[in-house]
Amino acid sequence: MEFPLLTPAPTRETWPASGEEAAGLPAVQGKQNDGKFFQTTKRGEIQELKEELHAHDKQKQKDAVKKVIANMTVGKDVSALFADVVNCIQTDNIELKKLVYLYVMNYAKAQPELAILAINTFRKDATDQNPLIRSLAVRTMGCIRLDQVTEYLLEPLRRCCQDQDPYVRKTSAICIPKVYDINPELVEDQGFVEILKDLLGDGNPMVVANAVAGLAEISQTCGKDLLDLDKGNIHKLLAALNECNEWGQVFILDAIATYEPSGPNDSESITERVTARLSHANPAVVIAAIKVILRCMEHIENSEVLRLLAKKLNPPLVTLLSSESEVQYVALRNIRLIVQKRPGILASDVKMFFCKYNDPIYVKLEKVDIMCMLVSDKNFDQVLLELKEYASGVDVEFVRKSVRSIGRVAVKLERACERAINVLLELIETKVNYVVQEACVVVKDIFRKYPSRYEQVLSALCESMEVLDEPEAKASMIWILGEYAGRIDNADELLESFLDTFHDEPLMVQVQLLTAIVKLFLQKPSSTQDMVSKVLKCATEESTNHDLRDRGYVYWRLLSTNPEATKRVVLGDKPSIRDDSQSLDKNLLDKLSSELSLMSSVYHRYPEEFVTRLTLATTTSVDDKAAQDEDYDEEDRQARRREVQEELERGPDSSRNGTSAGGGGLDLLDLGGVGDDSPGTRNAPAQAVQKVAVLPPTQPGQHGNQGFAVSAAFIRQRGTPTLLMTFSNSSPATLNGFAIQVNKNPFGFAPKEQLACPDINPGSSAEVSVAMAPGQLPSNTPPTNPLLLQVAIKTSLDIFYFHVQFDLAAVLLENTALSREEFTPIWQRVGEAGQKVHAISVDRPLDPESVKSRLALDNVHYVAQRQVDDGSVLLYTSAQTLNNCSVLSEVTVSPGSNSIKVATRTETQVLVPLYEAMLSKRFASG
Amino acid sequence: MAGASAVFIMDMKGKVIISRNYRGEVPMNITERFQQHVIDAEDAVIKPVFCEDGISFAWIQYNNLYLLAVTQRNSNATLIVAFLYRLAEVLRDYFNELEEESIKDNFVITYELLDEMMDNGYPQTTEVKILREYIKTQSHQLSVDQMRPPTAVTNAVSWRSEGIKHKKNEIFLDVVERLNLLVSANGSVLRSEILGALKMKSYLSGMPELKLGLNDKLLFEATGRPVAKGKSVEMEDIKFHQCVRLARFENDRTISFIPPDGEFELMSYRLNTHVKPLIWVEAVVDPGHSRSRIEYMIKAKSQFKSRSVANNVEIHIPVPSDVDSPSFKTSIGTVRYIPDQDCIVWSVKQFQGQKDYIMTANFGLPSVGAENRDAYMKAPMSVKFEIPYFTVSGVTVRYLKIIEKSGYQALPWVRYITQNGDYQLRMV
Repeated sequence: MEFPLLTPAPTRETWPASGEEAAGLPAVQGKQNDGKFFQTTKRGEIQELKEELHAHDKQKQKDAVKKVIANMTVGKDVSALFADVVNCIQTDNIELKKLVYLYVMNYAKAQPELAILAINTFRKDATDQNPLIRSLAVRTMGCIRLDQVTEYLLEPLRRCCQDQDPYVRKTSAICIPKVYDINPELVEDQGFVEILKDLLGDGNPMVVANAVAGLAEISQTCGKDLLDLDKGNIHKLLAALNECNEWGQVFILDAIATYEPSGPNDSESITERVTARLSHANPAVVIAAIKVILRCMEHIENSEVLRLLAKKLNPPLVTLLSSESEVQYVALRNIRLIVQKRPGILASDVKMFFCKYNDPIYVKLEKVDIMCMLVSDKNFDQVLLELKEYASGVDVEFVRKSVRSIGRVAVKLERACERAINVLLELIETKVNYVVQEACVVVKDIFRKYPSRYEQVLSALCESMEVLDEPEAKASMIWILGEYAGRIDNADELLESFLDTFHDEPLMVQVQLLTAIVKLFLQKPSSTQDMVSKVLKCATEESTNHDLRDRGYVYWRLLSTNPEATKRVVLGDKPSIRDDSQSLDKNLLDKLSSELSLMSSVYHRYPEEFVTRLTLATTTSVDDKAAQDEDYDEEDRQARRREVQEELERGPDSSRNGTSAGGGGLDLLDLGGVGDDSPGTRNAPAQAVQKVAVLPPTQPGQHGNQGFAVSAAFIRQRGTPTLLMTFSNSSPATLNGFAIQVNKNPFGFAPKEQLACPDINPGSSAEVSVAMAPGQLPSNTPPTNPLLLQVAIKTSLDIFYFHVQFDLAAVLLENTALSREEFTPIWQRVGEAGQKVHAISVDRPLDPESVKSRLALDNVHYVAQRQVDDGSVLLYTSAQTLNNCSVLSEVTVSPGSNSIKVATRTETQVLVPLYEAMLSKRFASG
Repeated sequence: MAGASAVFIMDMKGKVIISRNYRGEVPMNITERFQQHVIDAEDAVIKPVFCEDGISFAWIQYNNLYLLAVTQRNSNATLIVAFLYRLAEVLRDYFNELEEESIKDNFVITYELLDEMMDNGYPQTTEVKILREYIKTQSHQLSVDQMRPPTAVTNAVSWRSEGIKHKKNEIFLDVVERLNLLVSANGSVLRSEILGALKMKSYLSGMPELKLGLNDKLLFEATGRPVAKGKSVEMEDIKFHQCVRLARFENDRTISFIPPDGEFELMSYRLNTHVKPLIWVEAVVDPGHSRSRIEYMIKAKSQFKSRSVANNVEIHIPVPSDVDSPSFKTSIGTVRYIPDQDCIVWSVKQFQGQKDYIMTANFGLPSVGAENRDAYMKAPMSVKFEIPYFTVSGVTVRYLKIIEKSGYQALPWVRYITQNGDYQLRMV
């Protein structure tokens, strides 16, 4: 029947009160006043509780347990009462039972022997006639993380998996991964994985959902795909999707997202079943559905189908921007991936990403990045207008970001450039200190991209030069002065003003100043002779920095031998820059778009990089016989020594070959400040462990055979120095019989284990990692700079030699922070005389906390800190190498400064350059 | 994918009020880290989901509490954040108010709920109406024998128990639309967006089957029904409560469902149409010659039908932080100066359609101006209002069919209202 509705409906001022009688439920559960249990007398508290727990009066006993739990809640240790609390476990009051269970769960670790006492009750409860009690018992036992308890749990758990009540079955299903976590072998041996698989076929949707979650978790832990989805069973899961509750839908969708569809038809039929989920109120369901659809789209080629799917994905993505800020943040991080992966979906919606005044800053910053990704010839006017609005706001961080974004738009779109320059001019005219500084950096980028245009900005910039105090802005301004020296009348005066304070400037500025003055000299040689000799003298004779000195000498020699060639080199065309600060590496992007909503998709990092929890990956057993074969004979060893000797003679340059490949010669000379810092390098997201090519496929082995390439990295992984290598086979034969040896080295590293590497077919590659133990093969020589590990790999093709560079971080120990008492004597012993000071420039001012956490990444431990008058914070840190050398430092973090000062003191001076290099790298990587 | 290792509820200083360790992966003193990172840090670096040393933190703020979940795995971040919001909602429903005191006063129930709503880090039953059936406060405590898990917990219809009885069967439906609007200083609408919600209060017995009909353009098109122009509305995106059969909607755009009992949000929708400001505000600021006084002339105009009335209108206008001796003149309503928000609020109880009013405000300024005095101009003006019997999108409920096997008659009541959302007008 259809009710015609009156519009407006009958007036009513208020809703009926919450409808208690209607629902037959208490609507408002007023004050319980459990708060009173938190008030206990100080004197003889534990003793008092003990007595009350043994009271005959049931109510009194229950109150006593509540008091115990209240104490536990506020963090007091009441584990001493374990036996007394367990004494109350035999009760038919369910509230009391839950409290006792909660207590046992919390303190079982502290009292393992006593915990066994409770086992019998658990086992008995697991057969109780009330399903609520059965579930409670299974659930709680699974949370007692004791091996002893696990044994007793198995039999009741097995029974409960077959329970007639679905509530018990769903609790048991989620209990299996708990037990797996404690004792994986037991779970596998006892066939619980099979039981869990059987539960996938259960008639109850919630049991299925929990079984899916359980299997997915165990798969993740053991590295095997237990869900084993195929065309057949995927449809069972899709069917369960309509039946289970919202969280269950997320478990199932997340599992389906790991399935590789078999082709276009399979993909389309999955998307048909999943698109309805896009209308779910729960954002977790929506994002999980988007993830599944995006994955299926990979396998669909029909452009019409793709277009329709893209059209369906747009509205839910935009709606996510109206959800709670925290959800929005996750969604925006995901949208960045989606925009890069499928730019079409949101191409015409840049307006939806305009910031609201009340958006939290973390949302605004993400939105601006997405605006820059979506900017196009059609919408740049609007975007620039909006960015200008933000750039005149009050939040410094956001204003800076907006100014930089204007530059990004200009670099990205040639047509937008004129407009962007005008906006920047207006902003420069405001003379707001940080706006001008950012604008300066941005204009430099624009000049790099579009040389010799938009010179109207030059005068405005020169006028506001006095406000520049940040290294990056200064360096940019100096670059501009050098580059346009011919067109700025007083360029020489302006540059000279910087020269007086040359030695006080950060390295970044010094380098630029050197280059700029050389450029100036080449353009106006008559009047700047003095300046150029002065700056060359400063750089080569007075500076202690190697890079600066090297560059100074290069210019000096160039100028003194062939000024014409110098002109071609220094004033030559520079390679064009591109804005790729947003683009992720393709492999990472593919990986992350299949992991939308997961933490990795928020951080834009491979999960392996932050999931520290050890996976119980089954270790492949190394064939003993093969291992014996792999012993090196004397000939090998001699060959290796020869190789090593040659390496050493070739000097440090050869070691760089691998890393600097790709940088053109021209670029090298302009490097340091501008040439290579397109915005991309500033904001480049953290990457996976960067392996470096250490052995090119063209380098022959000991017997002259080639076709084997290695890239490697030597890092610390979970407290163990580990050599990570990628072997590639470009020879025509399958490679096998791998073995590894390393040369003697200062820290005495030697492989802890045999090299386990599967056979490698022609054209494919394999990842291997070898844990290293220190102190085994000491060379008894001081460490080199950079640190090197010389490695020989034996294969069926040949024996290959190479060396791997590594950072000091690989030999610094975890958890070795010195106490203040230990710190002070060493600090004073080394004294001012043994102290080395080093400035590190960073891309933006950092606060002490983030400096601390970055230092911690390299096992540089925080000891203490103090604040000085100008607002700077001094952090004192210690680091310890695995051969027990300490490196102490005082790190000065000044507010608003783009550089960090590190004063290092150590009794092992040879470590200082290594330590400084490590920190520079850490802060450069952002 | 995996859930949370532990969940914490903390006060604003980062002190833990109550916590539950689900997986034992992350040490429970991890809250000290959280404290350093969120509570002691600057705004600019805080993120709602972040990772440190392999431990991921996801958190929300509710009243004066932090709700935090931590994990060591590559867990589903949206799932965790959405769960924290749901947890807050359930606790608020149980205790009326969710705050430090109410948790302390109900810590036993809080533990029970934490145990029931999440297991091994995976969200389980989070429907408050179902939870209430087996997790009760002392006064309604049942003995063990009476207590059973409601079948709804594991049912396909996990939001409603069987056997509900009401003396009077009725259902209330509120169509609430919020208008998000951003207007530039020159009067052009930069962004306008309507966020609508259908909120229900259902007091129906048994297991009623409901079908809701809206003037949904796509539905009309699908059924080939001819409609007069302007009578149907095209909603850009619709989100449904989990009771709605999504596959059915996807198929033929029928909204069919078995409702939960009591109050819930049936659906929400979004429209991205160009809307002219319902209440338009213009500010003329005269900083004066001597910089010792500042004068505002504010003009407010209602641009909806003259039959309608906007209730409880509040217009917020930012002023410099160092103004003094305010004086106001207005033809309607009252004006207050709120120093700690650096703004004046012009309140009008009832603002009829098609009217305009003027208010003038005068302030003194100290001779030594505050640094950055003009910063106030950066904040936009904002307007709050409620217009009953009116949806700005034109969405109307055409019918609500209620079918229950006992065959009772039930009365549907419908009400419409339009409110401000993020409704802002820039001053410069």
